[in-house]
Amino acid sequence: MKKTIAAVAAVILLAASSCPSALASEVSEQPVAAKTGVTINVYNWGEYISNGVDGTLDVNKEFTKRTGINVNYTTFDSNESLYSKLANGGANYDIIIPSDYMISKLIEEGMVEKLDFKNIPNFQYIDKQFRNQQYDKANAYSVPYTWGVVGIFYNKKYVKEPVDSWKILWDKKYAGKILMFDNPRDSFGIAQKILGYSYNSTNVEEWENAAKLLKEQKPLVQAYVMDQIFDKMSSGDAWLAPYYAGDAATLVADNPNIGFAIPTKEGTNFFVDAICIPTGAQHKKEAEAYINFLCDPEIAAANMDYIGYSTPETAAKKLLPEETVNNPIFYPEESILKKSETYVNLPDDTNMLLDTLWAEVKMGGPGQTATLVAVLLGFLLLYIVIVVYKKIKAKRELQ
Amino acid sequence: MKAKSAAAPYAVWMSIFIIVPMVLVVIFAFTDKNGAFTFKNIAEVGQYSNVFLRSIWLGALATVISLVLGYPLAYIISHIGARRQNMMVMLVMLPMWMNFLLRTYAWMTLLEDNGIINNLLASFGMGKLHLINTQGAVVLGMVYNYIPYMILPLYSVLTKMDSSVVEAAQDLGASQAQVFSKVIFPLSMPGVISGITMVFVPAVSTFIISKMLGGGANLMIGDLIDMQFLGSAYNPNLGSAISLVLMVLILICMGIMNQFDDGESNGGGMMI
Amino acid sequence: MKTLSKIYTFLVFLFLYAPIFVLIVFSFNNSTTMSRSVWSGFSFKWYAQLIQDGMLLNALRNTLIIAVVAAIVSTVLGTAAAIGINGMNKWMKRMVMNVTNLPMVNPDIVTGVSLMLLFVFVAKSMGNISLGMFSLILAHITFCLPYVILSVMPKLRQMDSHLYEAAQDLGCSPVLAFFKVVLPEILPGVVTGMIMAFTLSIDDFVISYFTSGTTQTLPIFIYSMTRKRISPEINALSTLLFGTIMVLLIIVNFRQSKDKKAEENLMEEA
Repeated sequence: MKKTIAAVAAVILLAASSCPSALASEVSEQPVAAKTGVTINVYNWGEYISNGVDGTLDVNKEFTKRTGINVNYTTFDSNESLYSKLANGGANYDIIIPSDYMISKLIEEGMVEKLDFKNIPNFQYIDKQFRNQQYDKANAYSVPYTWGVVGIFYNKKYVKEPVDSWKILWDKKYAGKILMFDNPRDSFGIAQKILGYSYNSTNVEEWENAAKLLKEQKPLVQAYVMDQIFDKMSSGDAWLAPYYAGDAATLVADNPNIGFAIPTKEGTNFFVDAICIPTGAQHKKEAEAYINFLCDPEIAAANMDYIGYSTPETAAKKLLPEETVNNPIFYPEESILKKSETYVNLPDDTNMLLDTLWAEVKMGGPGQTATLVAVLLGFLLLYIVIVVYKKIKAKRELQ
Repeated sequence: MKAKSAAAPYAVWMSIFIIVPMVLVVIFAFTDKNGAFTFKNIAEVGQYSNVFLRSIWLGALATVISLVLGYPLAYIISHIGARRQNMMVMLVMLPMWMNFLLRTYAWMTLLEDNGIINNLLASFGMGKLHLINTQGAVVLGMVYNYIPYMILPLYSVLTKMDSSVVEAAQDLGASQAQVFSKVIFPLSMPGVISGITMVFVPAVSTFIISKMLGGGANLMIGDLIDMQFLGSAYNPNLGSAISLVLMVLILICMGIMNQFDDGESNGGGMMI
Repeated sequence: MKTLSKIYTFLVFLFLYAPIFVLIVFSFNNSTTMSRSVWSGFSFKWYAQLIQDGMLLNALRNTLIIAVVAAIVSTVLGTAAAIGINGMNKWMKRMVMNVTNLPMVNPDIVTGVSLMLLFVFVAKSMGNISLGMFSLILAHITFCLPYVILSVMPKLRQMDSHLYEAAQDLGCSPVLAFFKVVLPEILPGVVTGMIMAFTLSIDDFVISYFTSGTTQTLPIFIYSMTRKRISPEINALSTLLFGTIMVLLIIVNFRQSKDKKAEENLMEEA
């Protein structure tokens, strides 16, 4: 009986997880293509594509319908995880969607392939200002997917002054109510902007000054977080938090107390997530068809509507609701964009310096090798003492 | 029991899937990016000494608390009627089937300054406690996530413990406390050692708990190693070196602990 | 003393289940910002979204399959190993136990990357097959084995070794002796080992991430949401999982007590 119940439960769970998901689409009807039997492996950020939930368009299903190519869609949580996996040959992806600086790193290391734009006619819809970006100057390896800026979310009830400078995150008035990015480049980026440096500086002294500034800020910081900012801000536990505009715009929409501002004094980070094809992809042509599909204005609009980030296509923008397009969080003014900078990949030794400095900031100062050796030896000594003691005791008992 | 051959398939498994990756780790630890042999990585580990100490200290604390809290529960479960034991064991483990991240987030909701616990305290008129983003919260998180791995091995040795030995001790006039310390606890030592091993080691190398409950300002070894693989520079060499040092430290600690397991004690633990 | 133990048990379970209740409550949270700390009313919408989310369900299916297979294989392999190790001489025993504990001592990420490198190497030499479910299962079995062995070993030591010999003296074949004498004695250890293996497998993120190739498991799926937001869909999923198991437990427990009662009645009549 026990076994039957267990079996039934297992079957139910398995069956439920194999249920096809509901499809709803508001895009123009297209002819259904015959199955080609090819499956491409797509690797994207989590929750970064419209997936058919709640009446939205299921982009992958639509792609399969129109082209007959299946999509095996999996997700990653950070550019660095993507890199770790790719660098060691851990998986064969056909499409990856990393961020700007990671793309420049992949290009430098020959890990992405040149795209054949003949297969991507919809590239024409990508606005000129998003092409030939710093991370891919010849625009040969990537097609922009989304973009956004970094800004400061603040609680209007407690932060009454205008938020126009990153320095407000160092203001002692708000000690213990400030959140910071839990990733090195974004946090260092803020410090670099205050000091007037470029995000992509290779000057060791500049990085160390930025680290010093961050260490000064540490006692005021409540926590170094990523997505926990949503909860901490909406519950009022924290009053100031820098974050990516598109992500947290929903925060502003639902919480009249929370505002968003882009520090105009120093400028900010402008980031782009773009689509690439890794070297050695087995279905390059089909992958390019996928990129082409994502650039279709209707599809791009449906995606952006779901994700909440900004689209690099004017044609897609036209299909989005008015309030979204006119919202300065999603589509800030030109003047701000001109003052912003993208990340590119840093040279190896700068990257290592960054990691070391970041660890120092979070540790609260470097430690001493001597201490560690002392501890190790101490434990070893203790161990030897106990063993010897027991041997002596055993000998004594025998006598 | 002459069943040594039963371990043969495991021996094969072990050599492929444990030893080979281990050799890889050692190789990484002692080479640099271009594959040349170097001690630089090991030397660099030294600057993270305070992270090591903090991790070991918090890990040890969490282990001791788990043992103290878990032992009575294991004892109680092992003495409940047989038919309810299995259910209780499942109930102890069940929270661990909920995703780790979700549980940690739920603790954040509970511990936040405006969180559930503080709101409860406020409604009773008591002052608010600052619980989140402290080392205490990190220890709490560790205890929470690993205590079932302490309770289960303890339960499995305490159940079917030879009750005649306990009764004999009582007949000979030992007090409750003496029966426990002289009979029950020593007899349950193998389970205690298993439990400690299964809690201490992951507690020391945990990483998400310190990020979410500790506010990211208390760097632990797990975070540090994570940063080497998933940081701006992909540095498996330093990451492996740190793991190697950590492993040596843990092995020594476990060796010390195993010395307290007297008798035919050459089974359930580690080290010489 | 009895009330004290009841109170203590209650307190410990309160501690264990407090976050679970928070999790369950917030799966019914009617909020658009997917908040996990601000309550905005009751709603089933996350459950509705859950059923529609094909990717999530797919990941769940993979995770369940892997967990079941890994738990069963590691329990069988681990129990056999524990028995074998128990019969070794002192030095071999120590050596094997030390090696067994290595996957536990290594932080997950180190194990994950090194296993991935091993698998990639093997895959390449076998003609470029890609990592996927198979490599995931192998990896999961690897890190579950030490826990199973560590669970079974104490019970083996606790057991009177002469029982096995006695059974054989009485005419049992070694295999029969094992199943009739040894297994019942070590069963609590085997069962706890299996439960632990299943638990570890169902919740593993780091090792799965590196050895999964292009397959998605549930923890990977959830973890990849941390840049944007973890949708309360996951809360809904966890609640359903929790609910299913609770119901199973209650049914099993109910059944067992019915069986016991029937037995007792029979005994009384006899």
